[in-house]
Amino acid sequence: MGILEVKDVGKRFGGLQALSDVNLSVRENTCHAIIGPNGAGKSTLLNCLVGKLIPDTGSVMFDGQSVLGRSPHEINQMGISRVFQTPEIFGDLSVMENILISLFAKRDGAFRMHAFESVADERGLQEEAERMLDEVNMLDKRQMHAASLSRGDKRRLEMAMCLVQKPKLLLLDEPTAGMARADTNNTIELLKEIKEKRNITIAIIEHDMHVVFSLADRITVLAQGTPLVEDVPQKIKGHPKVKEAYLGEAA
Amino acid sequence: MSDQSQTTGTIAPKAASRPGASGAAGRSRGTLGLAGKDFRLLLLVVALTMLAPFILNPFPQTSGLAQFNAGYPDLMQRFVIYGIFAIGFNILFGLTGYLSFGHAAFLGVGSYAAVWMFKLVGMNVLPAILLSVLCAGLFALLIGYITLRRSGIYFSILTLAFAQMCFALAYSVLTPLTGGETGLQLALDDPRILGTSQTASGNIPVPSLFGLEMRESVDLFVGGWAFTFNAGYYFCAIVLLLSFYTAIRIFRSPFGMMLRAIKSNQQRMRYTGLNPKPYALAAFVISGMYAGLAGGLMASMDPLAGAERMFWTASGEVVLMTILGGAGTLIGPVLGAGLIKYMENILSKINSDILHGWFAFMPDGLEDFVITVIYPFIGKGWHLTLGLMFMAVVIFLPGGLVEAGQRISRAVRGKKGHDTTDSKSEHAE
Ligand SMILES: Nc1ncnc2c1ncn2[C@@H]1O[C@H](COP(=O)(O)OP(=O)(O)OP(=O)(O)O)[C@@H](O)[C@H]1O
Ligand SMILES: [Mg+2]
Repeated sequence: MGILEVKDVGKRFGGLQALSDVNLSVRENTCHAIIGPNGAGKSTLLNCLVGKLIPDTGSVMFDGQSVLGRSPHEINQMGISRVFQTPEIFGDLSVMENILISLFAKRDGAFRMHAFESVADERGLQEEAERMLDEVNMLDKRQMHAASLSRGDKRRLEMAMCLVQKPKLLLLDEPTAGMARADTNNTIELLKEIKEKRNITIAIIEHDMHVVFSLADRITVLAQGTPLVEDVPQKIKGHPKVKEAYLGEAA
Repeated sequence: MSDQSQTTGTIAPKAASRPGASGAAGRSRGTLGLAGKDFRLLLLVVALTMLAPFILNPFPQTSGLAQFNAGYPDLMQRFVIYGIFAIGFNILFGLTGYLSFGHAAFLGVGSYAAVWMFKLVGMNVLPAILLSVLCAGLFALLIGYITLRRSGIYFSILTLAFAQMCFALAYSVLTPLTGGETGLQLALDDPRILGTSQTASGNIPVPSLFGLEMRESVDLFVGGWAFTFNAGYYFCAIVLLLSFYTAIRIFRSPFGMMLRAIKSNQQRMRYTGLNPKPYALAAFVISGMYAGLAGGLMASMDPLAGAERMFWTASGEVVLMTILGGAGTLIGPVLGAGLIKYMENILSKINSDILHGWFAFMPDGLEDFVITVIYPFIGKGWHLTLGLMFMAVVIFLPGGLVEAGQRISRAVRGKKGHDTTDSKSEHAE
């Protein structure tokens, strides 16, 4: 039994069957990669996990509870954090504030009326946020407006916002897209360390095979909304069906 | 905006070498729970409000410029009351970005509540104002709950529709409660169970704070100058200071940060485990309570209330004040309110005779020409000036008067040698 159990999930957009019969089981403290060509339905699948979309059929269980019908903030409070394909950050706020908001959400829940306390007084959270920024090498940028960061930095910030919440399950949608090679390698190191030391389960969508094979314990290949194969990385590498999915009919 | 972030970027490494020692998030608490900079801002507002009778009367009574004096009680009261209104509006609009076009409804509710308190209970302004705030808050809870189901333009339209509905109700259907067209006024036979229905001399009693009548004034004559110190004004000014202080605390609180997060990215908020709705609703109710407070103060200065206080132009006015002064800044709304009320009362009084007086030194043809050019912008045409100013601000100074001040001070400091420490992001000034 995995921490995340996706059963027979299907999702239709008008005439397009974006997902059909998706079954996926992610075991605790592993890194599960989901790969597949553009438009395969990878992001749509993540959307079904975090309450952005409600699947037409099937069930999604996290940690023994169904996530279907819950709103995004409730699902996050259950322990799922997500990094989006296009960075979603608080652009008008400083880098530091972005991290602090995550920490407040983790500590105080979905809503708390703390209108007379001062953010500056939260020494504990401030230090925690600084440690997190240090870990992603962004401490020197903590006073910048998040909107003025480079694309790669926005991604790292979003990842830091998720990590600082110590989620049980971290969902990453192409976390290294738009990053320089060095940053990609740093990200790989960071994620490796997270997996090994912090009991965070990771589900990652990624086109960069270097990243996938550095991190994944298992890989699911998705094509046209259905999982083709699921296996350990070594077996996926030379799998004929995978080649076919990626290279299309030409193979 | 972008040049600010540039500066921030260049100084950041220096700050990072001493973690936790500086920066917006690292500022430590000082007097009254405020960081040094915020405390200085509060002191500035204390000075401005307490010395207003002097500051607003710079010209001797006999000078030709005396008509630009604004230091009379009636107008000073309006400055601070609208300042309170705008401070509250800014907590909603400036922080969350939800643009309400119906806040005058809460102002009206506050006024009616206060007048009813004067009619039924007594002339003390304190309980009247408390009831104003309470009623406006409850009313805002109801309206906010409904209107916040939508955002953007739909939210604005919904609030506008609600306020116009309230206006229509107050104007006609609810006449027994609101006095309809004539408005709600005090009468000699009001019960006033904790006070007297009429004074010994047979008049309607006036609003007071434990016996201190709001209309009481002391005049001070120095040379050609006359300064008036009015009890009502000082009462309002103290309420403004409390309101302003509360606003600073809200701006610097985790709650205030969440409100800015709403404006910035609600999607990210939800996926971070936060529910934006109750935060937005809380901001809506708080700003409604500020509006109710302003309405209660208005009734306390002049104990009557009319439906026109709820009219949509009144809602639009507070939007103008906030944007003109600088939405999302602390002091901006107060400045904006002051500027608009000043223009409304001073600019509108200049007539063509006065203009002829000023330009009498010019040759006749030129004089007539200059006056023809200026005339549309003064007197009843002051709205034209306001409109042009508003357009100029929105286009060239999106940060309003506060941004203008920042640019000037940066230019001045720039000349003195490059500034080093203060250039961090000043978005929440
Ligand atoms: N909200 C939506 N409404 C309609 N169609 C959608 C919606 N979201 C996704 N789709 C369609 O569903 C299909 C799967 O999209 P999805 O974004 O899940 O692909 P993906 O595997 O993430 O691709 P990529 O690698 O390009 O990110 C695409 O054809 C897309 O156009
Ligand atoms: Mg995608």
